[in-house]
Amino acid sequence: MREHLVPRVGTKILVPFILVFALYVQFHGDFGPGGGFQAGVIFAAGIILYTMVFGLGEGRRVVAPRALLTLVPLGVLIYAGVGVVCMLFGGEFLDYSALAHDPRHGQELGILLVELGVGTTVAAVMITIFFAFAGRGE
Amino acid sequence: MDIVLLAFLAATAVAVLRVRSLFAVAMLSGIYSFLSATFFLVMDAVDVSFTEAAVGAGVSTMLMLATLAQVGHEERPKPRGRLLPLLVVGITGAALIYGTLDMPAFGDPDAPIHHHVAPRYLEQSLEATGVPNVVTSVLASYRGYDTLGETTVIFTAGVAVVMLLGLKRRRGKGEEDDHA
Repeated sequence: MREHLVPRVGTKILVPFILVFALYVQFHGDFGPGGGFQAGVIFAAGIILYTMVFGLGEGRRVVAPRALLTLVPLGVLIYAGVGVVCMLFGGEFLDYSALAHDPRHGQELGILLVELGVGTTVAAVMITIFFAFAGRGE
Repeated sequence: MDIVLLAFLAATAVAVLRVRSLFAVAMLSGIYSFLSATFFLVMDAVDVSFTEAAVGAGVSTMLMLATLAQVGHEERPKPRGRLLPLLVVGITGAALIYGTLDMPAFGDPDAPIHHHVAPRYLEQSLEATGVPNVVTSVLASYRGYDTLGETTVIFTAGVAVVMLLGLKRRRGKGEEDDHA
């Protein structure tokens, strides 16, 4: 698709907005619809669109496969790590109330971090699956 | 509204069955997902609708297209008996409809699901977690273990794909193509 002008220009215009929208969904999930899962998928969709139009080589320059392989487990580690930190602060596993002096602040912080973990893993896994599929045809 | 949406859903499903070109099928299943998302939206399940639109219509369509680019996009016609599949589908559908007969009506305030923990979530979750979106506070806090499990499932899927297909660029030919 590299020779078509309209998809190239359209993608260049759209991708930044898709990525920013993903971040909005990620961090606004506490107040509106959305959360880590949806945000991760939207972020991955932005990167995948870019890769589809500009080719796998360009996509790999944006997100290095090595970085992907780090991000995939990192999200799960963030999630489970928050649970372990809760235990260190004297609560139960994933009991965010123990994270701060005010249980409510602890819950807010815990939910934010956990959603970040979900978003990281989901986005990285989706991009990984796409790269792996597309890489078969090289 | 509901009936129009259902009619569109049914029409899309039939089209998916009839069309031979797999590219068209991938696009039609994207449309099917968008229609389902609209359905969820009509039923006030905004978060579910959002997920369906992002996952069903967005990423899975892209993954299907990426797969089709590898395997070719024409379905081979398969002459086969049609009676057995029809029978299986008919019986399954009848069993599902029979199952719904016992369910309480949609939105019934006396339904058991509205009397277990739901009232406590709705009344106290804002106070307990400080998060206005009840869906988020239930998923991430009250049901935190489940969501951790779901994240692990996605992680496992990613690991499985990397183990089977590999991610690293193969040396040699691919390298030159990328910089051409």
